[in-house]
Amino acid sequence: MADSSVTGVTADDDRGMPAHSGEPLVVLEGVNKHFGELHVLQDINLTVHRGEVVVVIGPSGSGKSTLCRAINRLEPIDDGSITLDGQALPEEGKALARLRADVGMVFQSFNLFAHKTILENVTLGPIKVKKMKPKAAKELAMGLLERVGVANQADKLPAQLSGGQQQRVAIARALAMQPKVILFDEPTSALDPEMVNEVLDVMVALAKEGMTMVVVTHEMGFARKAADRVVFMSDGQIVESADPDTFFDHPTSNRAKDFLGKILTH
Amino acid sequence: MSDFLEVLSNYDILGAYWINLSLTFFAAIFSLIIGTILAMMRIAPVSSLRFAGTTYVTLVRNTPLTIIVVFAVLVLWPVLGVQFSETFSINFFWLAVVALSVYHASFMCEALRSGINTVPLGQAEAARAIGLPFLSAARLVILPQAFRGAVAPLGNTLIALVKNTTVAAAASVPEVSILMKEMLDQNGNYVLPIFLTIAAGFVIIVIPVGLAVTYLSQRLAVSR
Repeated sequence: MADSSVTGVTADDDRGMPAHSGEPLVVLEGVNKHFGELHVLQDINLTVHRGEVVVVIGPSGSGKSTLCRAINRLEPIDDGSITLDGQALPEEGKALARLRADVGMVFQSFNLFAHKTILENVTLGPIKVKKMKPKAAKELAMGLLERVGVANQADKLPAQLSGGQQQRVAIARALAMQPKVILFDEPTSALDPEMVNEVLDVMVALAKEGMTMVVVTHEMGFARKAADRVVFMSDGQIVESADPDTFFDHPTSNRAKDFLGKILTH
Repeated sequence: MSDFLEVLSNYDILGAYWINLSLTFFAAIFSLIIGTILAMMRIAPVSSLRFAGTTYVTLVRNTPLTIIVVFAVLVLWPVLGVQFSETFSINFFWLAVVALSVYHASFMCEALRSGINTVPLGQAEAARAIGLPFLSAARLVILPQAFRGAVAPLGNTLIALVKNTTVAAAASVPEVSILMKEMLDQNGNYVLPIFLTIAAGFVIIVIPVGLAVTYLSQRLAVSR
């Protein structure tokens, strides 16, 4: 295990990175999780600063999706701590629900509410969680749908939209909660190839606007273009953490070299 | 034939069917309410609620309806003192409604749970991710889709309920099967026609329910 020495990556050893101005927003310390026998997250330390775009890559089964889902406790962890804006993730209940409202999530399979229109999908959270007036929520939602380019579909049901359109609506739904951070769990993996870019364009725009983002993806182009930092995971461990140029051009671990060799040669 | 029709005209058959329909109406509403609560308990994040829901369903679903009706009449009322009215007939009617509701709630629960299983897990995750607590997520996202996916099994439970209202005879509710027995006792020469008449009545009630269920289950299906 030549590279196990770098598993304990913390905020302090963001080696070779431009010092990030934002304060720590999402902090994972010593996080462990098992699925039965499988140790999917092994002593994970990761700090995401305000305004930072962290792209998590790695082979399938490396635990990157689990890591992403642990941040808003869709996957409870066995031990270690996760704090959001200085606040520890509470147990299941009202407090957790409040905290989740501050963490946007975009899923691989979109997960738009199938029985609600596009507009209702975006307004549901603001109205029911943030107690916004329906009229104000509708204005907010239409603005966001305009921004992601699907405002003309507002009255349709999710099943009537293409995958790319649905995923852009899902991003608008997350934005409508005015979250502190948005988690993207392989947002383009279920899309037809020609629809990948329309979603990535929205994400790049968000990154440029300073949204804090944790993005699990296989889109290396996006990582190069928009990431402040690339985190490489393998077998439940964070193996490397570096700015994209350093990571892609000079990976230090064998596992990262092996992974990049497999995906970049095609 | 005219003799037989004259026999029929001596009995208030429609009135008796009306009692079956009344039992169905109230028991359908209450069993659906109880069944929905049970289904939510069975998917709740609290393990004691899940256990209570599962226990209820296992216990009640595996007890014969007749025994539950007799329990209502011989235990619930005289021993436990549950009384709905001073008037015997009204009291027995509501005791029968309670028994039918309690029994069919377990089937409504399981029908609804099959509907919940048609809702992808991602829907619940998305609801939780925007900060909806469990009850709001259930009410706004899961149940509306679950009901639409459970129209057929809920309809089957309703059809079973229509026919099971005849068990209210065990609580001396003067519904149609009691009337049929009375008619048979008094008209031994018309046993088969009387039986067929009563059976046809149920067919006439149930067929439209079945057609409506089929229509609605297609009409309301959630497109994904």
